[in-house]
Amino acid sequence: MAEGSNQNTAQSAFGRFFDKVGRTSISGLEEVGRHGVMLVESLYWLIAGPRMSQPVRLGSVIAEMMEIGVRAIGIIGIMAAAIGAMLAIQGIYTLKVFGAEGHVVLGVAFSMVREFAPLITGILVAGRSGSALSARLGTMKINQELDALEVMGINPVRFLVVPSLIASLVMVPVLTFMSMALGLYAAALYVRATLGMTMAAFFDQTINVLSLDDLMHGLGKAAIFGVLIALIGVLNGFLVKGGAEGVGKATTRSVVQCISAIVVTDMLFALVATF
Amino acid sequence: MSEAATATVQEAPPEARTVIEVRDLVTHYGPREILHGVNVDIVEGEIMVIMGGSGSGKSTFLRHLMALQRPTSGSIKILDHDVWSLSQKQLFELRRKLGVAFQSGALFSSMTVGENIMLPLYEHTKLDRTTMEIMARMKLEVVELSGFEDLMPSELSGGMIKRAAVARALIMDPRILFFDEPSAGLDPVVSKQLDELILRLRDAMGMTICVVTHELDSAFTIADRITVLDQGNILFIGTVDELRSSASERIQNLLNRRSEEAEIDPDEYLRRLTGDKEEAEGMPR
Ligand SMILES: Nc1ncnc2c1ncn2[C@@H]1O[C@H](COP(=O)(O)OP(=O)(O)O)[C@@H](O)[C@H]1O
Ligand SMILES: [Mg+2]
Repeated sequence: MAEGSNQNTAQSAFGRFFDKVGRTSISGLEEVGRHGVMLVESLYWLIAGPRMSQPVRLGSVIAEMMEIGVRAIGIIGIMAAAIGAMLAIQGIYTLKVFGAEGHVVLGVAFSMVREFAPLITGILVAGRSGSALSARLGTMKINQELDALEVMGINPVRFLVVPSLIASLVMVPVLTFMSMALGLYAAALYVRATLGMTMAAFFDQTINVLSLDDLMHGLGKAAIFGVLIALIGVLNGFLVKGGAEGVGKATTRSVVQCISAIVVTDMLFALVATF
Repeated sequence: MSEAATATVQEAPPEARTVIEVRDLVTHYGPREILHGVNVDIVEGEIMVIMGGSGSGKSTFLRHLMALQRPTSGSIKILDHDVWSLSQKQLFELRRKLGVAFQSGALFSSMTVGENIMLPLYEHTKLDRTTMEIMARMKLEVVELSGFEDLMPSELSGGMIKRAAVARALIMDPRILFFDEPSAGLDPVVSKQLDELILRLRDAMGMTICVVTHELDSAFTIADRITVLDQGNILFIGTVDELRSSASERIQNLLNRRSEEAEIDPDEYLRRLTGDKEEAEGMPR
């Protein structure tokens, strides 16, 4: 009898496991669906808004660009420089084994422009703005401000989401470009100090090895990261339930989801681009 | 149809005109049915108070009256428009004729009080800034908050936030004004001021006003008619006198007793502990 009940619990635990996997994948799909819907709705308001006298305000877009982009310049600049220097240090250290330190520029240029600049920029913007978007919209939701907008005849997607989306779409690539430049500059400084290569020689080589394709690869990814950050941040904010605690949870969720989405997208890009 | 007939229709007597007509309203949250076929008419120029224990569906009902939530079935006509058969554009236009003062005030925390009040003007009109500022100041005057336009919402007290929210609700000169729990979280003096403001808005501007509250005192002060909701059904619709004289035990009990399943509102709980008058009177002897 005892055995039977054991088997029963084992079976139901097994069943529960699959049940859970099933449910998780369904809610995951739902989540992706919601992001798609939000993106389409944003595009709709961007295009159809002016005709319904609901234009997207340039002022709000600029304010968001300041918040997402300009205020992030300091921290992203420092981090990009640190990564650039790190790549140079690690590159020279590794290549020394083969006595090929001179080739360090190749490695640094490729990794910085194609991978590290978009990645570090995306992750930092996610941490700063993805979470801030969720916190802001979540607070507005529990404070009934979103309902207030709706009854005032102001569509919240048009008023709040589209400006953030545009700002993020524009500013993440811009910041990424800055990261590339600063990362390479920091690398060049280290290479000059250790190998005695001039800055001019470093940048000559960099421009020689890099193609426009590499640059576009990095910036294109950055644009997609920008869209992902805005969508994930906004949706987690809209879905907040139950008071200040709900806002806190949404903020955390938002950062984790943003960074996961960025890393996975990055991997998929690398896979497709080198296929 | 002949022209004469059309003319007579338009000249129908203005009194007793229905501005909101709710028919067989059923609504769900997920699988749970919250409102079970509600019928209400709200008449132009009246103050309709919606009462009921917490969890009885008052806020949900109000969201339907404000065209914020789509029902499962049934119809809602606001100012002769069948709300959910309107196009999105028409719905936006209709909503501009409605003003709402939310329970929390729902002022935008990143804007000053003045900017909050001007926002609907800024979004829906092409007025210049000076005109908008003058209009905002006029509405602040109505709610007795002159001179507060440059403060941030976080610098206002609870009662002031609610009055500022009323000013914002008034800025587009709405036909119908909604209040969700205007006295929640306010001390009795401030909540009395708000009641006076609501009465003044009806008398001076002829506005139709719809108020959700569970404060009996406030309801009896302001209401022309009262609707009592009980677990998603309408238990009573009528005037204050009719309600007072209602012999129905259920109505009297419901007005006084908190619903058992409802979570306890901390303000309410504190008031009961400290033995507030109306609550004590409502206690079974
Ligand atoms: N967004 C929601 N999702 C699910 N259930 C809800 C939601 N809002 C309210 N409810 C439930 O619906 C019922 C009626 O709620 P509500 O309209 O807020 O009542 P009241 O305002 O009278 O307290 C309650 O039982 C509440 O738990
Ligand atoms: Mg309520």
